[in-house]
Amino acid sequence: MDHSSAIFVTNPFLGDRALFLSIHLLGTICFLYVISRRMQPLFRAERDLRLDRPLTRLQMVGKYWLAQWRHPRYKLAGLLHIVIFAGFVLLASRAFSLLIETVSPNFQMPILSGHIYDFLSDYAATVVFGCMVVAMVRRVVLKPDRYKLPAEFGRWRYVDAVILLAAIAVLMLVDSLVAATAMAKEGGGVQPLAAYSLPQFLRLLIESRPAFARWNINFAGSVLHALTFYFLLCYRPFGIQFHVETSLFNIYFAKLDRGTVKPVRWGIPEDKLDQVKSFGVKTFQDFTWKHMLDFYSCADCGRCADNCPAHAAGRPLAPRLLTIKARDYAFRHYPVFGKCSNDHALVGTIYSEDEIWSCTTCGACEQECPLLVEYIDKIVDLRRGLIDDANVPQSLQKPLKALESRGNPYGKLEKKRSDWVKAGEFQQSCPVKILKDGTRAETLYFVDSTISYDERMQSIGRASARILQAMGEDFGILGASEKDSGHEVRRFGEETLFLALRDHNTEAIHKTGVKRIVTSDPHAFNALRHDYEGLPPVEHITQCVARALSNGRIQLRPIADDNSVYAYHDPCYLGRHNQVYEDPRAVLDAIPGLERVEMKRARDRSFCCGGGGLMLFYEPKEEQRIGVLRVRMAAEAGANTIVTACPFCLTNLEDAIKTAGLEGKMRAIDFAELVDQQIVRKGPVRELETPYETASVGD
Amino acid sequence: MEILVCVRRVPDTSENEIELDSEGNDIARDELVYSINEPDNYAVEEALQIRDRVGGNVTVVTVGGEDDEEVLRRELAMGANRALLLSDDAFTESDGRGIATILKDFVKREKFDLILTGVQADDGAAQIGGMLAAMLDLPFASLVNSIEVDGQKLKISREIEGGNREVNEIDLPCVLSIQTGLNEPRYVGMRGIRQVASIPIATLGASDLAVDQVSVGKAAAKVVRIDYFVPAQGQGAEILRGSREEKAERVAELIAARGGLR
Repeated sequence: MDHSSAIFVTNPFLGDRALFLSIHLLGTICFLYVISRRMQPLFRAERDLRLDRPLTRLQMVGKYWLAQWRHPRYKLAGLLHIVIFAGFVLLASRAFSLLIETVSPNFQMPILSGHIYDFLSDYAATVVFGCMVVAMVRRVVLKPDRYKLPAEFGRWRYVDAVILLAAIAVLMLVDSLVAATAMAKEGGGVQPLAAYSLPQFLRLLIESRPAFARWNINFAGSVLHALTFYFLLCYRPFGIQFHVETSLFNIYFAKLDRGTVKPVRWGIPEDKLDQVKSFGVKTFQDFTWKHMLDFYSCADCGRCADNCPAHAAGRPLAPRLLTIKARDYAFRHYPVFGKCSNDHALVGTIYSEDEIWSCTTCGACEQECPLLVEYIDKIVDLRRGLIDDANVPQSLQKPLKALESRGNPYGKLEKKRSDWVKAGEFQQSCPVKILKDGTRAETLYFVDSTISYDERMQSIGRASARILQAMGEDFGILGASEKDSGHEVRRFGEETLFLALRDHNTEAIHKTGVKRIVTSDPHAFNALRHDYEGLPPVEHITQCVARALSNGRIQLRPIADDNSVYAYHDPCYLGRHNQVYEDPRAVLDAIPGLERVEMKRARDRSFCCGGGGLMLFYEPKEEQRIGVLRVRMAAEAGANTIVTACPFCLTNLEDAIKTAGLEGKMRAIDFAELVDQQIVRKGPVRELETPYETASVGD
Repeated sequence: MEILVCVRRVPDTSENEIELDSEGNDIARDELVYSINEPDNYAVEEALQIRDRVGGNVTVVTVGGEDDEEVLRRELAMGANRALLLSDDAFTESDGRGIATILKDFVKREKFDLILTGVQADDGAAQIGGMLAAMLDLPFASLVNSIEVDGQKLKISREIEGGNREVNEIDLPCVLSIQTGLNEPRYVGMRGIRQVASIPIATLGASDLAVDQVSVGKAAAKVVRIDYFVPAQGQGAEILRGSREEKAERVAELIAARGGLR
């Protein structure tokens, strides 16, 4: 060590302390100011009660934040992110040490310091730097489709992403440079560095320079490090990198209950709803604070839109844009400098009506989002706002009115709700009890409107009844006193009508005194399970069959037809929203001789059929039918028979087979129909209902 | 502009199966659900839109009984300013002219610039609008499918053969019968109806309206319904039976057999 450097070591930073102190002060004030401005809309937002179940929430943080659970669903991008995230977490301590050491040179972090930590940090900085290079190549050269934005969004977001990647790369570089030129804390000399790391490489480059030059590099590095650090800190809240700050909170406060829909207003009981002046989201401040936090937290990775069936079919909806547009709105109307304003209706300005009605609530976006951003509740809230303003597509008005007056979307007579049990031979071989006037049963088979009235879907009802009969179940139906479960009514935003339907059904079910409920309709299943309260346990028919099979109450005979290759299509409200993935597959696999293939999109990545309930009445703007995309996926997987377990899926898939011109090459069948066909009974073997037996409805 | 819309409650054709009762002199009414007559709903929507453009009030009126209040409530929920029920035992079983007379006496009590009716009630004969206009000595146009306010005049159009439109000018005040499809009526849900539950609906009887009781009611009816019947199956008619698929297939066959499908 020569004389000049000794002076610096013994007289460190005296003149520079003021410089660094002012950088820290300015940077911190700047950051706090920006954050306080960003919090403005959250303080004016609607309530959202998210303080319950802290332990579950901490587990969520551990899984989705710390362990980055969802990231590997996209291999390269996911892996890059995990490495960058881990690097950031590791380097956080070193970054803060570096900042503090600029004003207090003898500072030592109590944890995450020492030689081993320094070595790991050297590698972390190296790897993160490398990741930035790869990420930059992806953004600038490869340009994955899911990052693309419509032209009206301009190029700013692309520039923003590039600036951020560059800034992080610079931060890693200066971090390494400072490490490369740092003096050892104890005993003088240079600090040891990890072999083959970026800091070591940089040290080799400047090793031959005189000590004072190295000292100046170290000084300049420290200044640059502080500047880059604060630049990033204050710049992030203006773009996609804000999630670095918000993600932890976004995940801690994430929605915990799948399959549910948020109340109209948190904290307001249902019987007080009539006093609520306005329903749903109309202006930005009608969003809850958590939903605003979602907007800030979105990293714009495009995974939601990449998995959105509505987006794939060319409907005017991409979940990602829903968020980006809201965030842009927030930045514009709650600016860092200037006045806040909240006087615009969102639909008609940043959102279009078609966009809001296009969502099938399949949940693929929410399943994919690494940051657990919510979409369904926002869509439902926006729809509630539209309905409250009497703004409902003409195609939905008739079914909604019919649901109100007749309890089903078709406007069919209540007394004909049970006509499906009266079909020809079925009535003799499988009499179904109607639970009224003291007729009792252990189990209620909840039919819901589609299976009750739709001629084709009635076959699912009869198949399910025969299965329950074969299982020895004592069951019955509500008949005329059953009304639509209201599942889609609620998800289309007509909360008042939903509550009326729910109350009616709840009372009718309680009157029967049944011990459990079975349904073949996943939408009814989800409604009874999550939207209703205080009912006996509810099961989907796939669960009953799987159990009956495993405890030997039923057996399945070998499949007769050996040309069929089956693929199981997961209905969204059975799979994603209720996690029933294995039961239907286990049953199919228990049918001897049945050849089953898996579609690329299966289980929690299943692809919606096009939507059920009221979605069947809605006339979306789209380039093609969602169902057609799905049917093609089945063909791609090598299947010629799609098995599903939902009357709406069956409707959409059968229509799509015709639209796609695959008639004769592909068929769709319901799980219950297949099991009914394969179940071992005493007496003659049952064939599928072909042509479908018809009840008197619509004749 | 002060606008009056005459509405009527009818069995909803999309949610009922209309059948004759066992005696064959009326339709079976036990399980019917009712709603506002569809063209009337379009008329109310049009009135609301005109009001929102040029100002004024929309009044909705019906002739009937207590049950008919529900459609008035519905139109209040849509945004009508006022609703009135014209009800009296003396009005029962009035024919079209009787109803028009009751409405005429109501209109004479007040001052309206524009009176709208639906083009026809689902169970009616499309006669009230014309009769009302004649009784009030006002200009009348029927089958209107667009309205443009132009000072003291209206520019109105109706559809003619081949989907073309004929545009007419009419002086205010006037009576128009409104065709469906000229707008997109707003949605009314249960919540909307509950929110207007406390708005009073005034009921006016024969004496309030100073109706000449000799000209309304059953005794005055010059058109009297005498029967309902199901038409006999004519020669060459074929009723298709079977499932939806079978019927569709048969229709396709029949059309193809007659050279309709290529």
